[in-house]
Amino acid sequence: MTESALESTLSGFGPLWLSAQLALITAVLLIAIGAPVAWWLSQSTSRWKPAIQAVVAMPIVLPPTVLGFYLLILLGPNGALGSWWVEMTGSALTFSFTGLVIASCVYSLPFAVQPMQNAFESISRTSLEAAWTLGASKTDAFFTIAVPLSLRGFVSAAVLSFAHTLGEFGVVLMVGGNIPGETRVISIAIYDQVESMNYAAAHRMSLLLIVFAFVILVAMYLVNRRSQLQ
Amino acid sequence: MRNKLLPMRCNFQTMVLIAMCWSGVAMANDSLTIAVASNFTRTAAEIAANFTAMTDVNVRISAGSSGKLYAQIVNGAPYDIYLAADDIRPELLERSGHAVMGTRITYAIGALVLWSQDATLEGRDCREILQDGTYTHIALANPLTAPYGLAARDVLIGAGLWEAVSKRAVYGENISQTLQFVATGNATLGFVARSQVVSGRFDEPSCAWSVPTHLHTELNHQAVVLSGSKKQRVARQFLQYLQSPEVIELLQRHGYTISR
Repeated sequence: MTESALESTLSGFGPLWLSAQLALITAVLLIAIGAPVAWWLSQSTSRWKPAIQAVVAMPIVLPPTVLGFYLLILLGPNGALGSWWVEMTGSALTFSFTGLVIASCVYSLPFAVQPMQNAFESISRTSLEAAWTLGASKTDAFFTIAVPLSLRGFVSAAVLSFAHTLGEFGVVLMVGGNIPGETRVISIAIYDQVESMNYAAAHRMSLLLIVFAFVILVAMYLVNRRSQLQ
Repeated sequence: MRNKLLPMRCNFQTMVLIAMCWSGVAMANDSLTIAVASNFTRTAAEIAANFTAMTDVNVRISAGSSGKLYAQIVNGAPYDIYLAADDIRPELLERSGHAVMGTRITYAIGALVLWSQDATLEGRDCREILQDGTYTHIALANPLTAPYGLAARDVLIGAGLWEAVSKRAVYGENISQTLQFVATGNATLGFVARSQVVSGRFDEPSCAWSVPTHLHTELNHQAVVLSGSKKQRVARQFLQYLQSPEVIELLQRHGYTISR
């Protein structure tokens, strides 16, 4: 490897690390936020359920750059959420890592909620009712019956939201502002190289991303298989 | 049986006749596909409409960033003409044989404006704000990927402000996104293209500084005829039209200058 090739590969590690952090934080948050939503959707007979389901699926419909454009407005200092944030913390949400986390949570929401909802829906009603009859509170029953029985759904939700965020481009491009170390994630760094015609550097960074994603995903699926075999 | 077949044969012959007529029409009505840098799309559409009215040649516009279009052309995209927002890529295409040697022209020159819509800056001087550093974020196009970003960097380096600015700079992927950052109030001010803000689509800026062109590398927008084009004659005709007084007048209205 020549010195400049080595340099451009190394310069990919910073953005890759940023992407990994973003994807991990997003996946963890989405499990925490998505699980109650998925549980409600799986149990509800409300007439609003189809509407809520549709809202959850909406981020799949909008192209990422379009979704990103509206997040730019919403999270901006003049936006509903952004202006409140500025009042609370003194700094804006756009062009910040926190802003990227919020944007990624919106963008990957359906990928977390849907697998968990499917898993919850496949739990037999009788095992839950048995727990309730034996005096378990609804929360107890959720954590002792629903969660262990839906482990597969949780793993799928985590894998999908992690992978989806890792490959995120359009939304980050719109609300991030391409700041090194803060919002320049790996997909943006690769895109910069492509646009400035450094195709060799772009290939090396892409390879880095692919290898990393492959290793992480294999590891997660392995863990999933182990937990099922037990 | 015979009676039944005959009308069918007639139909077949009629169809062949119609098909021949159609291909004749297609030959008379040429068409061009031009790859246009996104920021020039609106202006190009207007020029194309005038060209079609004059010559009866249909013009299809494919818009994208100069870099994306370049990658497409190198990989065999079926465009006849490339209208870039810079002068690097057309020259590269010429050298690599993807563009026809000798067809390269500078069809427009861009201008840079430091521009703000922040209400709190009403009545102030954009240049002063840049000097004082009294802003949260300043938007510029990515110098790596966009010529207007490179020009903005030239200006900032020249003014000795690059170090100070780069800590609070946010980079648009292209000049359109840079304007979005400013127009949505996410960046206090930003370096945008004059062609973007002369259209009257935006509210009056709270401050604007037209950057003198000698402060940065010229924003030459160049065009070339592509070697893969099967319509070389019409393509050259279009480039000639791009340099006509009529088009030059239109370009000036759209915020571009031209060196002649």
